[in-house]
Amino acid sequence: MSQFAVRVRGIGKQYHIGALQHNGARFRYKAFRDVLAEAATWPWRALRSRFSGGNGDAPESDATFWALRDLSFDIYQGDILGVIGRNGAGKSTLLKILSRITEPTEGEAELYGRVGSLLEVGTGFHPELTGRDNIYLNGSILGMRKAEIRRAFDEIVAFAEIEKFLDTPVKRYSSGMFMRLAFSVAAHLNPEILLIDEVLAVGDTQFQDKCLGKMGEVARSGRTVFFVSHNMSAVRMLCTKAMLLENGRMTAFGDVEAVTTRYLSSIPSHHGREGGAQQYASADGSVRVRSVRVEDAQGRCLPVFSSSQPIYVVFELDIEKPTADLCIGFDLRSPNGGTLLRSYHNDLPREAWPPVQAGRNVLVCTLPAGLLNGGQYLLSLRISEHFKRWLIHTDDVVSFHVVLDHGESPFWAAIDHNSRPGAIAPIFEWRAH
Amino acid sequence: MSTVEAEVRVSEEAAGAATPTVRIRPSRGWISLDLKQLWEYRELLFFLTWREIKVRYKQTVLGAAWAILQPLFTMLVFTLFFGRLAKMPSDGIPYSVFSLAALTPWTFFSNGLNQSANSLVGSANLLQKVYFPRLAIPISAVLSGLVDFLLALALLGGLMLVEGIVPGRNVIWLPFFVALGFATALGVGLWLAAMNVQYRDIRYTIPFLTQFWMFATPIAYPSSLLPQPWRTLYGVNPMAGVVEGFRWALLDAKTAPGPMILVSTAIALLVLISGAYYFRRMERTFADIV
Repeated sequence: MSQFAVRVRGIGKQYHIGALQHNGARFRYKAFRDVLAEAATWPWRALRSRFSGGNGDAPESDATFWALRDLSFDIYQGDILGVIGRNGAGKSTLLKILSRITEPTEGEAELYGRVGSLLEVGTGFHPELTGRDNIYLNGSILGMRKAEIRRAFDEIVAFAEIEKFLDTPVKRYSSGMFMRLAFSVAAHLNPEILLIDEVLAVGDTQFQDKCLGKMGEVARSGRTVFFVSHNMSAVRMLCTKAMLLENGRMTAFGDVEAVTTRYLSSIPSHHGREGGAQQYASADGSVRVRSVRVEDAQGRCLPVFSSSQPIYVVFELDIEKPTADLCIGFDLRSPNGGTLLRSYHNDLPREAWPPVQAGRNVLVCTLPAGLLNGGQYLLSLRISEHFKRWLIHTDDVVSFHVVLDHGESPFWAAIDHNSRPGAIAPIFEWRAH
Repeated sequence: MSTVEAEVRVSEEAAGAATPTVRIRPSRGWISLDLKQLWEYRELLFFLTWREIKVRYKQTVLGAAWAILQPLFTMLVFTLFFGRLAKMPSDGIPYSVFSLAALTPWTFFSNGLNQSANSLVGSANLLQKVYFPRLAIPISAVLSGLVDFLLALALLGGLMLVEGIVPGRNVIWLPFFVALGFATALGVGLWLAAMNVQYRDIRYTIPFLTQFWMFATPIAYPSSLLPQPWRTLYGVNPMAGVVEGFRWALLDAKTAPGPMILVSTAIALLVLISGAYYFRRMERTFADIV
């Protein structure tokens, strides 16, 4: 009989809007004058809340927001749960509550077993310390005992492939070495319940594969795992259950295939004005994306496009003051998590750049006919100040389907008429020499 | 409510009823210090302290010499201005030793206070990504100052040798005064660290606070300038007790602090315990607002 590993009943987390605007220019830390004002009125508020039975600390007038609401589920020992959902759906909040980093506002959760959480790779690493020192430091921060770290030490070093640099300060490491070491320490964490957030989103493809392999090992060892990811193929491969969060609520739970399919189909084929939902803006408000949509030559937003026709990605965006190094673009991704390509408006020589002016801009990128394979595609926004910082870096905001119909050879069409092997399906010229 | 509980009990039995290792629910009001858990995480406390110590003087030319230079130069300045020019009385002890004996615990205190008050804000990343008893952060910040303190103490020992001062039997009380200074630094540090998370004003008040506090502490002058009962009452500043205690324990100062120490100890404990409870109360919001 399987036993409970995690039981969650009615968990909810409420944030005050002010506290959420960490990156926003308008965010202001509470200052002393606020406190003095609060202190002066405290006796009155305390008295009033005593009689009304409310919570004196949380004035109702504050704008609040539920990052998570009414979440209830059971996870049994050995379950590998994939937690999916778009940015801001509450995935990270859930992990933070379960790992006790933050408290829920309501509800209750019970955890049966030692909990290890991995919300970020390399937490607590100190750049001045050597690899050796950081293994001990990071291990103990993640909750390992000294004896455990000592036992796993050689394995950690071997997995990270940093034997030669053990006594070098990690600030001299390449970013690849750093990530390998950080993941390696985390991978040797040995809790009964493991909470992992997007750890695999880092590093090169080869390293990601290695991480996935290690994750599979962890999964097979009978531990309970919570795995937050945007990588649907990883979730499908590793997880035995999945949970979909949308706007802080759980909208699907159970079969991995069903839940991931539902997630993928929930991504709209256009985004912005018509979609109504949120708009994407940089933290300082200098760039605002009003809408992103995918259109055919007639300007229609279709859910399905044919590969024999060009497909147009249309950005409508407001720019406060265009800078010379502003790069506007997107990643085209497959639902399996892989990025097929990235395109920026200024990839061509300078003369060919579309002009970008202050105010409203409409930029159109043409995906040529005869390029894409059949299947679903996802689009994420990538707007940056070149090599300085990301202005807008989103999850998949738009999704569209492509039907493969650009091959004219009788032999070309795929057997199932949907797609050929490979991520893309361009047709090349063949000649005899 | 009762139906929910009943349901839970039934399903627990069905699943082979184990007691949960961790129960998560919103907390309200004052909560316990949970020193047991802090003890379970003692290795982390050790590693955090060790990190602070190892990192402190990395990439500095003079390295750990900074631990000695700080009190040394302050002592020289004090000796010149207060000792030579202002002819400040020093309980019959050479002024240089008199002031260094006070500056040694004071430097430990003010560094510990400063480090711990800024510790949470400086560890924002840890607070948001990992769970552990948050008390470990300010405690390790103060603990890490002990190494500097020992170096400064060695300097003091050297100066005492030069001046031919040998500590008497009172020296066995020295650890107590170190502990008292530690408790005061941590107590105030806990209050400030927790407030600093929410009100960044704190960061700017710390330099003023330590400066005023320094002059409110008998470092450049002896507390014996005050007549009783004012001298005893002076112990309300716990650092007055610590500093006078150091002079008494190490230099055999004829002006034994006596009841002043009792007052200082009581106040230090009060600050420490209240600070720890306030810290625990605010702890639940750290990750969200830091």
